[in-house]
Amino acid sequence: MKQHSLMVARPVLTLLFACSVLACSKPAEKPKYDPGVTDTEIKIGQTMPYSGPASAYGTIGRAEAAYFKKINEAGGINGRKINFISVDDSYSPPKAVEQVRKLVEEDQVLAIFQPLGTPSNTAIQKYLNTKKVPQLFVSTGATKWGDPKQFPWTIGFNPSYQLEAKTYAEHLLKTNPNAKAAVLYQNDDFGKDYLTGLKEKLGAKASMIVKEVSYEVTDATIDSQMATLQASGATVFFNIATPKFAAQAIRKAFDSGWKPVQYLSNVSASVGSVLTPAGLDKSAGVITTAYLKDPTDKRWDNDPAMKEYLAFLAKYYPEAKPIDGSNLYGMVAAQTLEQVLKQCGSDLTRENVMKQAASLKDFAPNLLQPGVKMNTGPDDFFVFDSLTLAKFSGTTWEPLTN
Amino acid sequence: MIGNVLMKAPGVRWGGVSPVAALGVVLLALIPFALSDYQVFQLTLIIANSIALLGLNLLTGYNGQISLGHGAFYAAGAYTTAILMDKFGVPYWLTIPISGVVCYGLGWGVGFPALRLEGLYLALVTFAMGICVPQILKYKHFEHMTGGVQGIVLNKPDAPFGIPLTPDHWLFLFTLVIMVGMFIAAKNLLAGHTGKALIAIRDNPIAAGAMGIDVARYKTTTFGISAMYTGIAGSLCSLSIQFVAPDSFSALSIGFLVGIVVGGLASISGAIYGAIFIQFVPHLAENISKAAPSAIFGLLLIAFVYVLPFGIAGSLKKLQMRYQARRGPKVP
Amino acid sequence: MDEFIHQVFSGLATGGVYASLALALVMIYQATHHINFAQGEMAMTSTYLCWALIEVGLPYWVAFLVTLVVSFGLGVGIQRFVIQPVEKAPVLSVVIVFIGVLVILNSLVGWIFGYTMKSFPSPFPEKPLFGNSFLSSHELGVMAMTFLVVGGLFAFLRLTPLGLAMRAAAANPVSSHLVGIRVNQMLALGWGLAAAIGAIAGMMIAPITFLDPNMMYGVLLYASAAALLGGIDNPFGAVLGGFILGVLENVIGAFVIGTELKLTVALGIMVITLLVKPSGLLGKTVVTRV
Repeated sequence: MKQHSLMVARPVLTLLFACSVLACSKPAEKPKYDPGVTDTEIKIGQTMPYSGPASAYGTIGRAEAAYFKKINEAGGINGRKINFISVDDSYSPPKAVEQVRKLVEEDQVLAIFQPLGTPSNTAIQKYLNTKKVPQLFVSTGATKWGDPKQFPWTIGFNPSYQLEAKTYAEHLLKTNPNAKAAVLYQNDDFGKDYLTGLKEKLGAKASMIVKEVSYEVTDATIDSQMATLQASGATVFFNIATPKFAAQAIRKAFDSGWKPVQYLSNVSASVGSVLTPAGLDKSAGVITTAYLKDPTDKRWDNDPAMKEYLAFLAKYYPEAKPIDGSNLYGMVAAQTLEQVLKQCGSDLTRENVMKQAASLKDFAPNLLQPGVKMNTGPDDFFVFDSLTLAKFSGTTWEPLTN
Repeated sequence: MIGNVLMKAPGVRWGGVSPVAALGVVLLALIPFALSDYQVFQLTLIIANSIALLGLNLLTGYNGQISLGHGAFYAAGAYTTAILMDKFGVPYWLTIPISGVVCYGLGWGVGFPALRLEGLYLALVTFAMGICVPQILKYKHFEHMTGGVQGIVLNKPDAPFGIPLTPDHWLFLFTLVIMVGMFIAAKNLLAGHTGKALIAIRDNPIAAGAMGIDVARYKTTTFGISAMYTGIAGSLCSLSIQFVAPDSFSALSIGFLVGIVVGGLASISGAIYGAIFIQFVPHLAENISKAAPSAIFGLLLIAFVYVLPFGIAGSLKKLQMRYQARRGPKVP
Repeated sequence: MDEFIHQVFSGLATGGVYASLALALVMIYQATHHINFAQGEMAMTSTYLCWALIEVGLPYWVAFLVTLVVSFGLGVGIQRFVIQPVEKAPVLSVVIVFIGVLVILNSLVGWIFGYTMKSFPSPFPEKPLFGNSFLSSHELGVMAMTFLVVGGLFAFLRLTPLGLAMRAAAANPVSSHLVGIRVNQMLALGWGLAAAIGAIAGMMIAPITFLDPNMMYGVLLYASAAALLGGIDNPFGAVLGGFILGVLENVIGAFVIGTELKLTVALGIMVITLLVKPSGLLGKTVVTRV
């Protein structure tokens, strides 16, 4: 009897022993999920102005949705498909707050990706940081999104307006340190942020700015402002305007005989959408910074990245207008999120998402201008840290080397 | 006129509140326990906006003065609360009556030039006023107060005395109490001879004046009261949203107009229907079409006006009258 | 001094823009006693139509005329199918319908044509007149076109029986009906003409401001102010109002108050005029007998 039970017991015990050894030797790789993540999907939320005064930018959200559709068809990221929930906020901060609360509390998304517009983002920033939900790659250039100490859950994307302004100011100080400058700026966060950056970088020489004049988006024309600027005797002109007004300014600066050295905000640097209506010959000599390739610039006609972009739009977002640079921007932003999520692996907690977003090392999707890379770190929440200058030749943008 | 608000108007139960309405209020106060924080937040916005719509309805529906610029008063209220809380540390509940007084003053002030303008002229001038407000708020000389384009961020108040309610829930109750109070006040105001005077001025100002009604005084005071209501709504919403910025107020005036027309002009309950409409129908439009949600919203709007030209409350009233007519006169 | 002259001239140029749309507003008011908030969007839609025709290859003036005809039809269509069903509704409901039309047109055009800015050709020569640097030939052309339209409008409304019938139908539909005027037809005609005038305005404005779905929003505000300033029932008043508004706004904005409050300036001018002379500068004061 005793022998019989031992005979059964021994193999069982051995088996038990073996199992326990196996169990202890290698802890299984357990995936960590926060709300919005399962083994097969990652929920990402977004607010975009699909209606209202800024509805032109709604195409960014659509381009991003198209890109996620593309990667889902290819199997997703690490086997998980992206469930992209993008809703309308009409560029209204109260509506943005409402929609973001719905996305976080009802839809339980992992993160809010590329919310657009400084006012809307200011409205939701405190809420998202209190709730510890990533406010990823904010789609505006306001400088305040790169503040990891106060707002560790918010990270910007667009090169900050102040960075851009400083790039121009630096160039001006180097090439034309005694000139008089005039500034036209849009009377909102975009224009004012720029102006602050310009003045800061010019520092002691801020008095170079002899005249600064604003305009509203409700103004029909900016003829009056241009007349004031021309009368100031300045020889340098900072054109801090959105496409429609920038084009009017370029045209007027030429037609009125002023013809200053002109720096143009990169939001209005599209060859097809802005410079052509303004007049290609009138735009010759204008200086801007570039971080994305311009789909209307002939320079990229044979570029494989550009061809890929056009093919992508044709297949996944056929109603899009390829010349609209916003679509290209959306694709690049979506690629950045793809990279971050890839870097997360199976640790898809909100904390890790922020950590990975702050660990981009020389990430350079091929739609970026040559030489431009994305870099972030725990203290550097600005995705783009430097910009290159370009000058318009009359047909395309050429890199400006000093 | 203020006396009417406090006294019982003859022939009406106290406060003019029917048992049904009272029950509704009690249920409403209890609902948040069954809802998520987000839904409570949405309800709070609806209730606050209904106060704004009631204010506009008092002026436009009952008194016939068309205002397409009530967003200006809403913004005034919102910014008053924001500036008082942010720059002067005033407790949130105290900002409400202060905001009410400020907006009353503003409305009364606008009411004076409005006396000279009729119908569409007043509409256009108030429309322009509404559009100008963001500009004024952004003006660089006011920036240190208003925060300029960056706006002002607020803190949501916690429930007092350590009552175990979430901030959303507490704010909902706070807003609900204020709304009920203001609705009762409005109902009392309208039920008495003031209400009749307002309507008389709307329908035939010359005859009203000939009968001894001080048209100018009523009109300016109504403008003031209307602005006060809308301003308080703005204050309450800014507490809920926790943020004010010049860009928050651009399309608001049109939204309010839509609200009172859809809800029903010259009706108190219409304010509530209207608030529900402007809260939910844009979402509905977005669900129908992502490509052109505004177009769908426009279509829904036009369809609504076709089907219910007198608004929800107006159509309900007509149905009720038809039903009563069919039942015949009450046998004594 | 040079700058002052420059500001005045650019004010006149902008004023021409306001005046041309203000005329459409006056037209619709004369015909229907409504202010059509969707007028700007209708003008914008017509301009896009013209742009599309030119893109397809039609010469400018042919596209212009076709657009006028189609816009006329669009105006009549909106009156027949959108406005007429709600004419029994309260005034504010009609305003809501206008807003609905505004929103639909803006959204549809944006969806069909996209939001990137397009350039729109001008029929006027490229070189400025006498080589001056103040006003482009197009801006002068806009003013000339505006005067042409205003003259034609005035002649039509005041000097033709049809114009008289239209004004009568708007002023007193019941009595007009009794004397045999087809009121509905007059309303439709009024809408059609207003749409056509709006189309002209749009096609004149687009070369200056560039073509995008939101181009008319600001212009509509100023045009309404201009129409009120000059007198909503007088086409010449609207034009005068437009020019005055353009110049004042520029001069005050440049020299007095800064550009940040230009809209407020426009509002202020409007309010002051209405308080001092409610019917506008050239409008007729209406006296109601009780």
